[in-house]
Amino acid sequence: MKNSRRDFIRISALGLGGVALGVGSIRWAGATTLLDGEDGVPDAGMQRYPTFCEVCFWKCAGWTYTDGQGRITKILGNADDPHCNGRLCPRGTGGVGMYYDEDRLKWPLIRVPGAEGDTFRRASWEEALDLVARRLKEISAKHGHESVALFNHGSAGHHLSTLLNAMGSDNIAAPSYAQCRGPREVGFLGTFGASVGSPEPTDIRDTRCLVLIGSHLGENMHNGQVQEMADAIDRGATIITVDPRFSTVASKSRFWLPIKPATDLALLLAWIHVLIYEERYDKDYVARYTEGFDQLREHVKAMTPEWAYGITTITPEQIRETARAMADASPAVIVHPGRHVTWYGDDTQRSRAIAILNALLGSWGRRGGFYFKTAPKIPHFPMPEFPSPRWTWKDKLNGRYPLADLAVSNVLVEASIAEEQTDDKVVKAWIVAGTNLPLTMPDKEQLIRAFDSLEFVVVVDTMPMEITGYADVILPECTYLERYDELRDSPHREPWVALRMPATEPRWETRPAWWIAKQLGDRMGLKAWFNYSDYTEVLDWQLRQLGSSLEEMQQKGMMKLERASGTLYLEEGQDFAFNTPSGKIEFYSHMFEAAGFDPMPVFTAHPQPPDGYYRLIYGRAPMHTFSRTANNPNLTDLMEENNVWVNPKTARVWGLRNGQEVYLKNQDEVVSSFPVKVRVTERIRWDSVYIVHGFGHSNKWLSRAFGKGLNDSELITNVMVDPIMGGTGMRGNFVTFVTEDLGKEAEA
Amino acid sequence: MKEELIISGRMNPGIDPYLNLWHWQIPIYLFLGGLAAGILFFAALYSIMGKDKEMPTTVKWAPFLVPLALTLGLGALFLDLKHKLFFWQLYTTIRLDSPMSWGAWTLMLITPLSIIWVASYVKEAIPDWKWKFAWLESFEGLVIRYRLALAWALLVLAIILGIYTGILLSAFNARPLWNTSILGPLFLVSGLSTGIAATMWMSKDPRERSRLSRIDLILIGIELFLITHLFMGFLASSAVQIEAAQLFLGGQFTVSFWVFVIVLGLLFPAVLEILELRGYHIPMAIPALAILIGGLIFRFIMVEAGQITRYLY
Amino acid sequence: MRYAMAIDTRKCVGCSDCVVACQTENNVPVGYCRDWITETVDGTYPHVELELRSERCNHCDNAPCVRCCPTGASHIVEGGVVLVTHNECIGCGACIQSCPYDARYSHPEGYVDKCTFCIHRVREGQKPACVEVCPTKCMYFGDLDDPNSEISVALRNRKFKDLAPEAGTKPQIFYLI
Ligand SMILES: Nc1nc2c(c(=O)[nH]1)N[C@H]1C(S)=C(S)[C@@H](COP(=O)(O)OP(=O)(O)OC[C@H]3O[C@@H](n4cnc5c(=O)[nH]c(N)nc54)[C@H](O)[C@@H]3O)O[C@H]1N2
Ligand SMILES: Nc1nc2c(c(=O)[nH]1)N[C@H]1C(S)=C(S)[C@@H](COP(=O)(O)OP(=O)(O)OC[C@H]3O[C@@H](n4cnc5c(=O)[nH]c(N)nc54)[C@H](O)[C@@H]3O)O[C@H]1N2
Ligand code: SF4
Ligand code: SF4
Ligand code: SF4
Ligand code: SF4
Ligand code: SF4
Ligand SMILES: [Mo]
Repeated sequence: MKNSRRDFIRISALGLGGVALGVGSIRWAGATTLLDGEDGVPDAGMQRYPTFCEVCFWKCAGWTYTDGQGRITKILGNADDPHCNGRLCPRGTGGVGMYYDEDRLKWPLIRVPGAEGDTFRRASWEEALDLVARRLKEISAKHGHESVALFNHGSAGHHLSTLLNAMGSDNIAAPSYAQCRGPREVGFLGTFGASVGSPEPTDIRDTRCLVLIGSHLGENMHNGQVQEMADAIDRGATIITVDPRFSTVASKSRFWLPIKPATDLALLLAWIHVLIYEERYDKDYVARYTEGFDQLREHVKAMTPEWAYGITTITPEQIRETARAMADASPAVIVHPGRHVTWYGDDTQRSRAIAILNALLGSWGRRGGFYFKTAPKIPHFPMPEFPSPRWTWKDKLNGRYPLADLAVSNVLVEASIAEEQTDDKVVKAWIVAGTNLPLTMPDKEQLIRAFDSLEFVVVVDTMPMEITGYADVILPECTYLERYDELRDSPHREPWVALRMPATEPRWETRPAWWIAKQLGDRMGLKAWFNYSDYTEVLDWQLRQLGSSLEEMQQKGMMKLERASGTLYLEEGQDFAFNTPSGKIEFYSHMFEAAGFDPMPVFTAHPQPPDGYYRLIYGRAPMHTFSRTANNPNLTDLMEENNVWVNPKTARVWGLRNGQEVYLKNQDEVVSSFPVKVRVTERIRWDSVYIVHGFGHSNKWLSRAFGKGLNDSELITNVMVDPIMGGTGMRGNFVTFVTEDLGKEAEA
Repeated sequence: MKEELIISGRMNPGIDPYLNLWHWQIPIYLFLGGLAAGILFFAALYSIMGKDKEMPTTVKWAPFLVPLALTLGLGALFLDLKHKLFFWQLYTTIRLDSPMSWGAWTLMLITPLSIIWVASYVKEAIPDWKWKFAWLESFEGLVIRYRLALAWALLVLAIILGIYTGILLSAFNARPLWNTSILGPLFLVSGLSTGIAATMWMSKDPRERSRLSRIDLILIGIELFLITHLFMGFLASSAVQIEAAQLFLGGQFTVSFWVFVIVLGLLFPAVLEILELRGYHIPMAIPALAILIGGLIFRFIMVEAGQITRYLY
Repeated sequence: MRYAMAIDTRKCVGCSDCVVACQTENNVPVGYCRDWITETVDGTYPHVELELRSERCNHCDNAPCVRCCPTGASHIVEGGVVLVTHNECIGCGACIQSCPYDARYSHPEGYVDKCTFCIHRVREGQKPACVEVCPTKCMYFGDLDDPNSEISVALRNRKFKDLAPEAGTKPQIFYLI
């Protein structure tokens, strides 16, 4: 292996960081079950503190409970919260494990170069902060403020964004755009003049027909949606699931369409064809609100179910029957935009087709379709204007991805690679907060080249995830249960504000991100943007502007504001100006046309796996969030590793048995670092294999997660980039089985 | 293809992936309990029949093993308890529905009585034995006077103990392998057989031995008959019981069961005993040991295999 | 009064929230559980059926675990709820052997533990922790003797089954199908 400048630090011989290994059974609550009782009697000294969950980005509001000794015992949902309705998902309930994980980062760590490879040494906050502030100042003095980039996901990002903006850089990216939702936001924007956003404004509660294109609700455990879907099932709503895998929700669907992967666009166009040519679309809605219908009609003329059948393997009858089911439910029908939609590089166009389908069904702005969301308006704490950066990530697009409306993470990675740096707009230092890039970004090769080029990397994280192995300095954040954060301002049917406050002191020497950002700001001469000594001052000021106070919110946790924007749904016959060039819902997108893209989606065929190879598809398990929960004691207790799902026919060809360990090798000869157990199951097409994303951790500091299961990201070397907005299509990778024992576990 | 998976939870140690809760302690306990019951049963029986002269080993000497066996057995049971400090809770209540409970009480009674029984023969074994205290001497006198009553008590308790070691397992309907009414009599008979084997081994008197040997042959015959019925019953029963039987008919316990229990523990000693009765000279230790080992392995296998079998639903 | 639970297999997504919620509510040590999720897949692609079930002690009407308990630690309280008194339990394991559902386990502290139907919550008028947390609201808990309880209503309106009825334990957890 090439000796790179910034070798990933595996476990250091020093074992610094005092990482406790091999914790067996953990008891997280204080008192043992009372011996004289039939059952643990609830603690009289129980206290609760408001929070909102950070185990995923749905941000459910809840309560952290502590016992008489002030130890965290459980987390329950806040009944007022429309994100969770008092019920957290398993990950939120198991959030206690994030706090009790003994493998957590405990104090600042600084890289020390060594002949036998680098190691980390424990440092004081003073030293670590001084070092980071000095290095960032040096680098921005030398290469410009913009040369410092921030990669973030989650709450820490807010505080560090302030730091970066105050420095004069706007090179801030989150993987939740180009690796996740980006394409659908652009696709819907180009159609309705509004993006989807999070949480999705899907009115599943009242829908009569829910169409899921790959979206695997129930495994994708985004709470409010799952809850509303269950209600919909109760009410007998029709569910149509398009998925090459018999997902959980497929098993609850009236129609399961086991599509050949990578062909969804053909199915969507055929549905559009049926709706138009069988005249089953919402005529009033189309007449009143849309534009480009005739062009669309012409465009899909030849895209019959018979045409789509040859591509998708879904029969014409199934296509017609499902299209009619949607039309019957119209307008209370949702063709779900999906969330992680960076699949095949033409994802924005697929999302466009989904948007168009919704428009034909008249579901946008309709009860049981999509509601008009509203977000609470929370006043900004007073601070000076940010200096304007000389350049931003947009200047690095070089004519690519013209419709990208948020920073494209992969473009910033590229701008960090020495060989790609042809002008003075370069990235030289990274702050990474709350995103585990090595397991998150496809094309590891590119990422490693960036790490090799970078002069300085700071990681703000709670866990010794893979990303920390590339850091020069690691700053340990405390978990969400131990800190204040920015108020939650996510949109919903009604605007609700939620508070997160600590339920206990931070463990070890961990600190909240707001404190870290402020400490760095203070040291870098940016005090004016951190004009408070404690974040509670900011919160109290904001809450007072809203007519409450921190004290009140510490009791209530949430407050509801008045809905500021218009109505939840379109009123009967209401005129409505959409935020598109034409002011209408655009079947024919002027925005796309102007940017040089097909104004209406066109199907292009993608390669299918060669003989002996299978398409690698991946998804979620309900009890885990990506890689972030893989070491959580409570959640690994539910599922400790992923399996590779293989159809029995495929298993027979390869002689694979249930539980057998295999390695996967992709089309570029990349072999997984760890073996993975086979699950032979009828729940998947024979041409694909499936694994849950987030496993196969390679950092030994993760005592429970290390070497458990397989990391899909390392097999995603073929990235099909979406030319429209830069999304990284990750499902064009084909794998085969390596059944001999490569003994890689030992060396990794 | 059908899949049945536990997708989360349920990796409770000792319970999953299959029940593995009772280890060596329980089969040892059952074996020693059965052995003690067997010895005492015949001791009491022949004593009541007034044959203590013809059958001295049976009535007097073999029972010396009993207190030892019972104490060891109880020790094993105690070791098996996971919440040992609360052991005394066994004796705060009598629960007739629970074999464990009346087993514990039976042991509570039979152990001291068996000690008294053998104590009353100490002086016959060691002629110049003196009890330390005078009251013990007078107590001994009392016991010897009422030995017949004691024999009756022991007879009854030995039967209860024997049945108990048999039905302890078969009371657990949840384990298809144990869920058969044949298991109780089978363990009882097997216990009697091990008791006789131990007695036979100790006995120097050929007449006593051949008498015991004849009884043992009958017991072995009954055991074989019961085992045949056990399997016929399983195979004619529900899927889980067929599956349970399969453990012995091709499954993982096939060899150990047929080789050690059936051949070594039953057929081989039976043949030797027949030869002995036909006048061939066979060292008694061989069939006796074979029966004892067979009986022990039988209990190990039944406890182990029973825990593997479970309901399907 | 007869407490019982019904679980709607049409709605359960197997997320296992009920398992974690039980652990945090009842201080079940990590590595142990009182409830668990099973998945049954039947059929041949693409004609496949899937059933997900959240399982726990069935609080059997005819509970062998209570009958075989030598100390009375396993006992029945109001509403037919089967409980274990920890300081009466000697850890003999008889009850574990007697349960056809393997619903009990040996707690690391020695006594036997299992689902209590969250009787401490129920007595305070709350629902069991697992029922309360379930994101799909697929669990119903209540008194079978009360015709208006949500469980009575659920059982009236839907087809249901119970597990291993042939074991004769008369389980009180019903699966709506
Ligand atoms: N192969 C593959 N790649 C994918 C996906 C996939 O399915 N397969 N999914 C894509 C999608 S949809 C998304 S949204 C992205 C998500 O990608 P990421 O946002 O990178 O998600 P996580 O893996 O959860 O990484 C979160 C990191 O945050 C840390 N963390 C957790 N809590 C805190 C906290 O409170 N403070 C701080 N400072 N850090 C914290 C965790 O320890 C972990 O290192 O991944 C994308 N990449
Ligand atoms: N439990 C849990 N829930 C989560 C998350 C988590 O980490 N854990 N992450 C959250 C985040 S950030 C996101 S973005 C969402 C992602 O959740 P979704 O948007 O639902 O995820 P996808 O990755 O789009 O969908 C995965 C499904 O797509 C199917 N699939 C694969 N290829 C194809 C194809 O070509 N066509 C079709 N039609 N289907 C295909 C797979 O079989 C799988 O069932 O989940 C969110 N919810
Ligand atoms: S959906 Fe689950 S993990 Fe995500 S915020 Fe809500 S409770 Fe937390
Ligand atoms: S919480 Fe509800 S949906 Fe989730 S597994 Fe349990 S019963 Fe099923
Ligand atoms: S399920 Fe098992 S533990 Fe629960 S009452 Fe029934 S037999 Fe007893
Ligand atoms: S383990 Fe405890 S509860 Fe179970 S039968 Fe024995 S004493 Fe009773
Ligand atoms: S009722 Fe209570 S004890 Fe029983 S499984 Fe549910 S949460 Fe656990
Ligand atoms: Mo995402």
